Amino acid sequence: MEKFIKHTGTVLPLRRSNVDTDQIIPAVYLKRVTKSGFEDGLFGAWRNDPEFVLNKPEFAGATVLVAGADFGTGSSREHAVWALQNYGFKVVISSRFADIFRGNSQKAGLLTVVLPQESVEAIWAAVEADPKLAVSVDLESKTVVYGVTSVSFAIDDYTRWRLMEGLDDIGLTLKKLDEVSAFEAERANFKPKTLPIRS
Amino acid sequence: MGKTLAEKIWADHIVSSNPGEPDLLYIDLHLIHEVTSPQAFDGLRLAGRKVRRPDLTIATEDHNVPTQNINLPIADPVSKLQVDTLRANCAEFGVRIHSLGDAEQGIVHVVGPQLGITQPGMTIVCGDSHTSTHGAFGALAFGIGTSEVEHVLATQTLPLLRPKTMAINVEGTLQPGVTSKDIILAVIAEIGTGGGQGFVLEYRGSAIRALSMEGRMTVCNMSIEAGARAGLIAPDQTTFDYVHEKPHAPEGADWDAALAYWSTLHSDADAVFDKEIFINAEELAPFVTWGTNPGQGLPLSANVPNPADIADLEERGAAERALTYMGLVAGTPLKSIKVDTVFLGSCTNGRIEDLRAAAQVLEGKKISPSLRMLVVPGSARVRLQAEQEGLDKVFIDAGAEWRNAGCSMCLGMNPDQLAPQERSASTSNRNFEGRQGKGGRTHLVSPLVAAATALRGTLSSPADL
Ligand code: SF4
Repeated sequence: MEKFIKHTGTVLPLRRSNVDTDQIIPAVYLKRVTKSGFEDGLFGAWRNDPEFVLNKPEFAGATVLVAGADFGTGSSREHAVWALQNYGFKVVISSRFADIFRGNSQKAGLLTVVLPQESVEAIWAAVEADPKLAVSVDLESKTVVYGVTSVSFAIDDYTRWRLMEGLDDIGLTLKKLDEVSAFEAERANFKPKTLPIRS
Repeated sequence: MGKTLAEKIWADHIVSSNPGEPDLLYIDLHLIHEVTSPQAFDGLRLAGRKVRRPDLTIATEDHNVPTQNINLPIADPVSKLQVDTLRANCAEFGVRIHSLGDAEQGIVHVVGPQLGITQPGMTIVCGDSHTSTHGAFGALAFGIGTSEVEHVLATQTLPLLRPKTMAINVEGTLQPGVTSKDIILAVIAEIGTGGGQGFVLEYRGSAIRALSMEGRMTVCNMSIEAGARAGLIAPDQTTFDYVHEKPHAPEGADWDAALAYWSTLHSDADAVFDKEIFINAEELAPFVTWGTNPGQGLPLSANVPNPADIADLEERGAAERALTYMGLVAGTPLKSIKVDTVFLGSCTNGRIEDLRAAAQVLEGKKISPSLRMLVVPGSARVRLQAEQEGLDKVFIDAGAEWRNAGCSMCLGMNPDQLAPQERSASTSNRNFEGRQGKGGRTHLVSPLVAAATALRGTLSSPADL
């Protein structure tokens, strides 16, 4: 997982609330054998509509998704997070996230920032006026900054630390590698090995 | 205070332990199959990680491989993609794999023991809930999710919360015709499908000690159907003899050292279990499920229960729904229920002993013309051995289909499925709605009951012949 300290990018203003995981990634896209390649299915049902904001050229290359309330409700599929990340998003901002989605995103390193609905509306208005407006999300100072505006947000210390260190569960265990190696050094010789093959 | 067997194995695998955090446990063996591993390997690839211990990892193809025409390409594109992906991942990460056509290919829980890489005192995991099977050797073995598969591949460890322990004491001698499958079905009917939640089950008592390794595997296999992630049995001479003949058994001084350690693997006399239950083996009879969860079982001589007699409202509702789904009427003698398909196989009852037991019942007889019988060995090696013993001829002469190894109709991910409303007597472990095919109706039974049912056409035990 990449370390997340500060990210600056342009915004995709998604003026919809209750975007559930079936809308983020429809079930027909779940048959893959990878964690990558889900960008094609992101918001699959809406992609055919040329008016859908993701299809608008002025918002191409956006890396910060600013969505309406209750983002990520529905199933527990981790694919929803993968799809957003595969498409290139680093941050999702909303006034309210579904718990499971938020948990999954934090595990996978997609930062979810909770801002009051007024702040969300203000960002929408600002980027609709200027689609190239750069927005910085700073985990160190816990602020979202654009133009002369700065809004602070809350995040629990443990998650913040993990994201800033770039540690997923595996990353955390890899920090204990010395202990794992020490354990392996003491392991009994008679324990079976699958290699080399015996018959 | 003494320790239980589960606590001993746990303690021997702690890599690090901090208050308020899960323990980090070392994993001795990681088994892999095609369905739950692709995203885990992809995760490694994306993070630029390696498999830490390919020499403690092994893969096989079982869940969706065909059991006929295995020399042809797999017809179903999704299955083919998963199998091809597993092969490519194993090649890329240096993991041993036994593919379709190989003598060691088969159901992952049959392959481990037959190679002798399942041994007492180990921690064993697999992205499959029936990993509990390996507990028969006195190993702590349990199923894990795909993100945990990735964690084990990368680190050979898992952060885990300590489970509680439950002793299941089965004392006495089984009556003739009563098998390990009947023991475990009776246990599940007793404690319920949620009764084991949060516990490691330890099966003990004279009836358990008298079982062969294969019988013990059948018991531990279905711990998950009782809600437990793992079940185990203390290793003894039966265990040591079984492991000794296998390819990956320890040799020379290693064997002596292993034996010395394995001999310490039992719950201490003063160990305290969080819960204990007692079952009298003498009273057990051939068991069969009538409903749509493995806890809905009764002795074969009973009648389909009347939901109105069940006091618990939730259970009553479940029974009503189950009878509707199963197309059964309360009060019908179980033995009069006609079956369309008999399935002998799965990681519960697809081992050589299971095939021998069924063949003995079928020898020289013909199955009922009103049904089909599929015999699916648990592994290619089991199939070879059965053929050496001439069991294949017994099955074929009786009118059954002799297939290649795999999970097959246990979960119907390959072409072996029940048609809607088709009724099976199955030696597998799950009778959930649609498990063996959409609309299919499953009765879980032992291999002996499966064979007798195939002969008579209705649910039967060998004593009815
Ligand atoms: S035989 Fe059935 S229960 Fe066993 S691993 Fe295969 S699908 Fe799972």
